[in-house]
Amino acid sequence: MTGFLVLEDGSVFAGESVGAEGHAFGEAVFTTSMTGYQEVVTDPSFAEQIVCFTAPMVGNYGVAPARSESPRPHTRAVLMREARGPAWTDWLCEHGIVALTGIDTRSLVLALREGGAMRAIAVAGDSPVEEALEAVRAQPEMTGRALVSGVSAREPYVYAEEGDVRVAVVDYGCKRSILRRLAAAGAQLTVYPHDVDADTLVGHDGVVLSNGPGDPEPLRDEQATVAALLGRVPVLGICLGHQLLALATGHGTYKLPFGHRGANHPVLDRASGRVLVTSQNHGFAVEPSEAEEATHVSLYDGTVEGLAFPGERARSVQFHPEAAPGPHDARPLISDFVDELRAAA
Amino acid sequence: MSSVPRRSDLHSICLIGSGPIVIGQACEFDYAGCQALKVLREDGFRTIVVNSNPATIMTDPGFADATYLEPLDVEGVTSVLERERPDALLPTLGGQTALNLAVQLAEAGVLDELGVELIGAPVDVIRRAEDRELFREVVRSVGLQVPESRIVTSPDELAGVSVPAVVRPAFTLGGHGGGFATTPEELRAQVECGLRESPIGQVLVEESVRGWDEFELEVIRDRADNVVVVCSIENLDPMGVHTGDSVTVAPQMTLADEEYQELRDAAAAVIRAVGVETGGSNIQFARSRDTGELRVIEMNPRVSRSSALASKATGYPIAKVAAKLAVGYTLDEIPNDLTGTTPASFEPTLDYVVVKFPRFAFEKFPGADTALGTQMKSVGEAMGIGRTFREAFWKARAGLEGEPHFAPEGLHPWFQRELAELEPPAGPLAFRRVDSCAAEVEARSNYFYSTAGERDEAPPTGSAPRVVILGSGPNRIGQGIEFDYCCVHAAQSFRALGYEAVMVNCNPETVSTDYDTSDRLYFEPLVEEHVLAVLEREQPEGVVIQFGGQTPLKLARAIEEAGFKFMGTPFAAVDLAEDREAFAQLLARLGVRVPEWGIAVTEAEAIAVARGIGYPVLARPSYVLGGRAMRVCYEEADVGAALAEAVGPVLLDRFVDQAVELDVDALCDGEETWVAAIMQHVEEAGVHSGDSSCVLPPVSLSAVRSQEAAEAVRLIAPALGVIGLVNVQLAVAEDGVYVLEANPRASRTVPFASKAIGVNLVDAACRLAAGARLSDLDLPGGQSPGHVSVKAAVFPFGRFPGSDPVLGPEMRSTGEVMATAADFPTAFAKAERAAGRPLPVSGAAFLSVRDADKRAIVSVARTLARLGFELLATSGTARELAAAGIAVGHVEKGAAIVDRIRTRRCDLVINTPQGSGARGDGYRIREAALTARIPCITTLSGAAAAVQAIADARQEGALSLQERLSA
Repeated sequence: MTGFLVLEDGSVFAGESVGAEGHAFGEAVFTTSMTGYQEVVTDPSFAEQIVCFTAPMVGNYGVAPARSESPRPHTRAVLMREARGPAWTDWLCEHGIVALTGIDTRSLVLALREGGAMRAIAVAGDSPVEEALEAVRAQPEMTGRALVSGVSAREPYVYAEEGDVRVAVVDYGCKRSILRRLAAAGAQLTVYPHDVDADTLVGHDGVVLSNGPGDPEPLRDEQATVAALLGRVPVLGICLGHQLLALATGHGTYKLPFGHRGANHPVLDRASGRVLVTSQNHGFAVEPSEAEEATHVSLYDGTVEGLAFPGERARSVQFHPEAAPGPHDARPLISDFVDELRAAA
Repeated sequence: MSSVPRRSDLHSICLIGSGPIVIGQACEFDYAGCQALKVLREDGFRTIVVNSNPATIMTDPGFADATYLEPLDVEGVTSVLERERPDALLPTLGGQTALNLAVQLAEAGVLDELGVELIGAPVDVIRRAEDRELFREVVRSVGLQVPESRIVTSPDELAGVSVPAVVRPAFTLGGHGGGFATTPEELRAQVECGLRESPIGQVLVEESVRGWDEFELEVIRDRADNVVVVCSIENLDPMGVHTGDSVTVAPQMTLADEEYQELRDAAAAVIRAVGVETGGSNIQFARSRDTGELRVIEMNPRVSRSSALASKATGYPIAKVAAKLAVGYTLDEIPNDLTGTTPASFEPTLDYVVVKFPRFAFEKFPGADTALGTQMKSVGEAMGIGRTFREAFWKARAGLEGEPHFAPEGLHPWFQRELAELEPPAGPLAFRRVDSCAAEVEARSNYFYSTAGERDEAPPTGSAPRVVILGSGPNRIGQGIEFDYCCVHAAQSFRALGYEAVMVNCNPETVSTDYDTSDRLYFEPLVEEHVLAVLEREQPEGVVIQFGGQTPLKLARAIEEAGFKFMGTPFAAVDLAEDREAFAQLLARLGVRVPEWGIAVTEAEAIAVARGIGYPVLARPSYVLGGRAMRVCYEEADVGAALAEAVGPVLLDRFVDQAVELDVDALCDGEETWVAAIMQHVEEAGVHSGDSSCVLPPVSLSAVRSQEAAEAVRLIAPALGVIGLVNVQLAVAEDGVYVLEANPRASRTVPFASKAIGVNLVDAACRLAAGARLSDLDLPGGQSPGHVSVKAAVFPFGRFPGSDPVLGPEMRSTGEVMATAADFPTAFAKAERAAGRPLPVSGAAFLSVRDADKRAIVSVARTLARLGFELLATSGTARELAAAGIAVGHVEKGAAIVDRIRTRRCDLVINTPQGSGARGDGYRIREAALTARIPCITTLSGAAAAVQAIADARQEGALSLQERLSA
């Protein structure tokens, strides 16, 4: 079955449907990671997005339950130069994900890089392009959208019962790999919904603010909660968690033209001079800053990739130390956090 | 970040090249060396290069401050270091040759004595990576494993060894006597066999990982301990086939993220543990498809063939970055060329797929085993870039220009499925950029590849006239780095003349496929569809076909028919030179002699023609490069055999026996001709010009004959219509000069000749092609440099046991070396040293020559005897020598002499083969000499030159090319 993608600027990319029938709206973005398609699609941070893989062939090594970063896919649609099946395309169908193959992904990426991430519709089947375009333009923009309530846990739950350090994870759309890395570091883990109050959290040895989708700016309550944690309990923020900590400490965030999504971004650790090759997935970023607390900086565009407030025992990183997909360079940030909690306990 | 970006305590750096092209070490180290020299010079270092290979760009006088074409042995490099006293030696860009030399120099105390620091890889790092035991310890120390192995001298030492296992006998040619065992009984039998074959009675028994998947990672580390992985490469041929002989793909195709990251983590752990602090390494892994178990197979703490492939595959210039790291920069301080805005710590990500195909030359080595194994046998490679694996595979295979040798056992099911769907790319070709970042960052990259059915990207703009230079494709015997050298110079020259130079080639090893070389690089197979698509896009003022060997010439007709013009020599000249009938008529009109000849299609015709000419005759098909299927026929049976091998008509020439052959390179502007170099072959006629040593100026040619040869060339070049370079091969017999063939294009000898006479012949040819006259070029008057240069060939016989290591009309050498000295014997001796065959100065010499050579060998033997050599000979030769009053020991043919050679109780072998195709004693003697690495000379004139060199070579210090040329 044929299919196509329409961007809000009117450009059309023809493809062939290999996923679910129907259509999907979302913000068209691209990721440059060469591996980890299943991890990407199941990462809640991709909620309300249509993701284009720059890797030319997707689906080569099938699917495996352990690779899912959450119980279900979150991307609205998947765009590929060449999908390889059948395991992967069957999985997409089963999960009701619109998926197009045969897309000229490089031309699409060039369009997104020049024009910025855009609202789009992916259509599996025949449909008038004009109607589709009109519908796209009626969709809300990503800027200003609070999406965490749609992907967060509804109720608190215990992820890991064993552990000598009690860590609370605030689930804004948390990837399983964050939980796995924390548990592997010996933490006893409880996961809380995004609207958990600060008093509940401070009863733990430490708090991890997870990744999540959408714009951090409208998440006023979450920012207030983070602000209320500072100085009372050690905090580690990851991705959206980093942005919330930034907003809670007076930094600004803004929407990147087309985001950072991939597994190859170098980040400088200013203190050590070391470069970490990081896994990234964010459409919003913390504004460049020379402030002392800006511990990590993107060697790509100078955005703040890490913050630290030693007095408050709070820190955060924009990139994904849990990787999945991507390099493991930054994994020690998670185990170091748990080790420090243990040492302080 | 450090405030002083690079080390300020270093001022001069010596770089060691990799020497002649051999199997396993090809143009990739010229590419690496050139990149390194470029950045080091930009940074203000004084650079010194030592490399014996004249066909490299890195040894061009403009590429370093001091260039030494010296043998790559301790003596050769020491003489350079003593003279230049550099602060540092950089050995990581010249392959295994340079790395081994660095260790030898350190062990000999030379580096300490001269105060030269080893940068890039200190000796202890090299040892940890190269020494099997040390490497195993290092790998274990980071929780990883290498395949278990054990050295065994008796079948009774096998307790505890598990199967499957590989048995590798020590010191046998091509691993002969080794094998694979799946049961303990087989293992015992295999070990017994290996122990019998090994001259030292020792075998290595190793855990077999045959059939496991094979991956390579290209890793870089800086002094701040930052590690980046530039590229992953997956082998289609599983473990058991050398990666150089495997079809490979980048990035890896079959591993999930967590599996790939495990390799990445392992690679980072190994490079850190081995301690490579400033540079690149290639780390190879075997991975069990069933269990996921990993074994670290090996690590090269240097730039490698795979890193050249990775550089071309990603656009990330590994050698350039490695050189910068070696002088103290860190990865975040080095910008990425292709984007200009991101640093070298940005790991490349690909939005295309790259496939590499090896090219083999088994047809040149009849009798050799064509099965692929752990020892590399391929002579070249072609790379294809496509938007899918299948497209890349298709393009790589098309770029081979020959039949692939690909039938892997145990192909991964994913590749099986892909290959089952293989079909030619459909739709018009569009061009896309290689930018190292999958378009995430704006890149002004000038590096393109084609894909079918997408949108075209970044079409050329600008008003400068363009030339498109067609490269020479994969290396093969007869067409290798020399042509790449020419193409690179052509690009430089046309750029200097105000053109935009556009390169088309598909060989990932080369300097020509460095995007720095041209204004735009198209990494495309040199086949009609792809070349025409580039030409349509570029609309060049002219297409340059005279520098890429035979490959571009094969496309010339199609290019002309498509309406494109050539720069320089028109295609008609090529056609005329190749059309034997028309060419002979032309020469007759010019009054230039050719050997009698005829053309035949059937065997009966051929025999009639040969009879008319008189034996011996030389038989060959039309359009021949590297002497494919060329043979000297002494009788009717030989003619029959030649016909059986050929496809289409065969040319038969009178074989000018006992003649001296000449290679002449000349420049012509259509009217005037400048004879640039007359080179005399050392070996007699009948040995392919590419395999013969040659000397410039011709040392034993009379002025009259030399003049005659030059005159013939001056007549032929304008008559053919040459505008640019022409190469003419001539034979000088007692009755005068004969023209054997003329090639109106750059020849294999152009780099050697350019360096010997100090004139950049390619540059001159390009200027002629762009409209200059010879008189505009300011060429030197007479051509008599004050020194003698010798070129010697190197052969891959050691890789092809079973094939007779003799010289003949079929070219079989893979590379060449150059040596220059004040006189011929000194230059010749140095060239033999550089070729890895140092001539003995004393000891025992074994002589066994065919009947026709028996008389002439006497003077050779007499000289050896005078020099104190103990002479040994088989009965016929011994009788002849004894009759001439020379003391000679008689040895029986067969086992006795073979054993003596094998055990190295002999220092020189002179053995000229009796007739052709001999499979008897002569072959066993030659193979024994090859295995024992004893110089083995198979022609009479070669023997005469060698003995003259042994007798008269003098000690001569190193002199740089720059000094020689300005003298």
